[in-house]
Amino acid sequence: MDMQLAVLVDGIIYASWLFLIAVGLTLIYGVMNILNIAHGALYALGAYAAASFGGFWFSQGYPPLGSYGALVLAAIVVGLVMGPLIERGLLRFMYGRDEIILLLVTYALFLILEDVIKLIWGVSPYIISQPYGLLGIVELGGLIYPVYSFVLIGVTILVGVLLAWALQGTRHGKLLRVVIHDRELSQTLGIDVRRYYLATFTLGTMLAALGGALTAPTVSVVPAMGVEVIVLAFAVVVVGGLGSLPGAALGALIVGLLRSAAVHYVPALELFAIYFVMAMVLIIRPRGLFAGEQARTI
Amino acid sequence: MKVRLGFTLAALGLAASTALAQGPEPYRIGVVTFLSGAAAGPFGVPARYGAEVTAEALNAGTVPAPYQTKGIGGRPIELIFIDEAGGTTKQVSEYRNLVQRQKVDAVIGYISSGDCLAVAPVAEELQKLTILFDCGTPRIFEDGNYKYVFRTGPTGTVDSVAAALYVTGTMPEATKIAGINQNYAWGHDSWNDFEAAMKRLKPDVQVVTSQMPKFLAGQYGAEISALIASGADVVHSSFWGGDMEAFVLQAAPRGLFQRSKVVLTTGETGLHKLGTQIPEGTIIGARGPFGPFAPDTELNRWLVKAYSERHKEPPTYPAYKMSQALLGLKAAYEKAQAANGGQAPSQDQVIEAFEHLEYEGPGGTVRMALGNGHQAVMETAYGEVKHENGKAVVVNVRRYTAEQVNPPDGMQSAAWIKNDLKPVQ
Repeated sequence: MDMQLAVLVDGIIYASWLFLIAVGLTLIYGVMNILNIAHGALYALGAYAAASFGGFWFSQGYPPLGSYGALVLAAIVVGLVMGPLIERGLLRFMYGRDEIILLLVTYALFLILEDVIKLIWGVSPYIISQPYGLLGIVELGGLIYPVYSFVLIGVTILVGVLLAWALQGTRHGKLLRVVIHDRELSQTLGIDVRRYYLATFTLGTMLAALGGALTAPTVSVVPAMGVEVIVLAFAVVVVGGLGSLPGAALGALIVGLLRSAAVHYVPALELFAIYFVMAMVLIIRPRGLFAGEQARTI
Repeated sequence: MKVRLGFTLAALGLAASTALAQGPEPYRIGVVTFLSGAAAGPFGVPARYGAEVTAEALNAGTVPAPYQTKGIGGRPIELIFIDEAGGTTKQVSEYRNLVQRQKVDAVIGYISSGDCLAVAPVAEELQKLTILFDCGTPRIFEDGNYKYVFRTGPTGTVDSVAAALYVTGTMPEATKIAGINQNYAWGHDSWNDFEAAMKRLKPDVQVVTSQMPKFLAGQYGAEISALIASGADVVHSSFWGGDMEAFVLQAAPRGLFQRSKVVLTTGETGLHKLGTQIPEGTIIGARGPFGPFAPDTELNRWLVKAYSERHKEPPTYPAYKMSQALLGLKAAYEKAQAANGGQAPSQDQVIEAFEHLEYEGPGGTVRMALGNGHQAVMETAYGEVKHENGKAVVVNVRRYTAEQVNPPDGMQSAAWIKNDLKPVQ
């Protein structure tokens, strides 16, 4: 059994999961300067919706491979419903206020959504594990891994690449970067900032829900699953720099590999790994690894 | 003025007649269990259902002998449910509320050991009969002396010791052990007890890895790789709820259950939800003689039938433990009532009757034998999962008497495991 290969493979699998759950959070912060604590509940909502959609799919006897479509559809639906609802219905009244106010608002939203989930789905666990085993297993370095884990890595890379291309290569992406850089300036240039905020928040919500939907087959969907995720996502985003996509990717990779090494060599330190990285980054580069240059404002 | 007087007289008359027509005063019990959060699904809600089913049947007089009399000493049982979620500080204030504002006659509850440890001293302070029904820490009665607090369920030590006895009894050649437990008090205590018991029963045993992932982590890919790579013969886990389910779902396809014998000490709660996704041969515990390990008595058959009819699933161990807490309270109350010439007994008399009480529950005999008669002991059992007709059942069951898995009264569990635990033939 190749220990180093196991550390690498496990590290990358975990890193890809971390990136998937963190990317929506950093996107929303980067564009709108809002730390969306409700991200954890949206993740959970995606998982519950996936359990329902997937459960329906299988109960109707449709071809099992289509269940992956059902999972992704669940995430899209959650994004399209909750994104505009939250952004138009709540957040837009809070723009311009102190960041702390917005943080409190999203935290309150998190608590509300957790109870909404409990109202709709109850407290019993939901299991939607068929998609996890459908694609079979593969052996690497003496250890068996489900193919699904590697599909997730692929999906994560795809999401990252698509987002990067959208931001750099498309017209809307370039306009969005203007909005990120300076909201007031872009408004004077005639860019409809409200539309970009709505689109960004919806996309961020969809990404959170996608994280939940794709994780659902690997776990049992239970209350409180969002709580752990928001802590991890926040740590990854802080390490990479709030608002930076490549930062989130690098942060996820560092944390994933370090944690994997700890689990294999010194399990007692595993819990500490992510916070160690966060502490180091905050000491050496407090604004995160990829935080851009900040012009000094007088 | 005349109208006022008329109304007052009418109101008084109504009140008087209702009081006369009321019958015996209800016996009000505050029930504290997890109704939200991670512990609700596997533990809190089944416990609530167990309380409701038992209280309703007691009030109707449909529980088998010796509990066939109605209510508690003829008094109809009223349950007031409180959500145990929210942390120990909140629970202490909820407890005070139950006792001082809602003026309940007794409190039954507490799944979290943290809540038990925090509430017990408050129960003594407020002098209210309190029955802990589920929490596992042995420290309650090993580190303290209580008059008003009872625990009608076995401690967590029993789970780990019995698991060690089962493993050394069925796999005498196994030498390499590993563990994966949640990184908080429950996981630490469970693993430490298991490790100590294994070392006492089989001194040449070797711990190849002990994984302690964060509580509610949910993703165990690396841990599973480490467990497989360690080549352990036995993997011990006290995982519960979503963590246990995620662990089983992630580990089974990767072959962990084929390479090692996995022990799930609270596995019984997942038997119905996970079913045949728990691989055959997995060693399962139910924290006592509950569920599939319950004896085939009329009381057990009654609980299974009453619960399954209402909830489509058989009762799991939290429901059993809650039911036996209620039945124990009834038994103690009625024993005190009989000694009191049939009159309603005082709380002190009920407490006196409860101490060292021996009574029957749906899981078998409960003896309040430790902690000066305040801590229950029962026999316990472990078994292996087998798939039959698309369901998971338990076979190769081994039972252990209360003496085999509990320290003697007055001895600390940890010291007993280290120095006095004896193997079972």
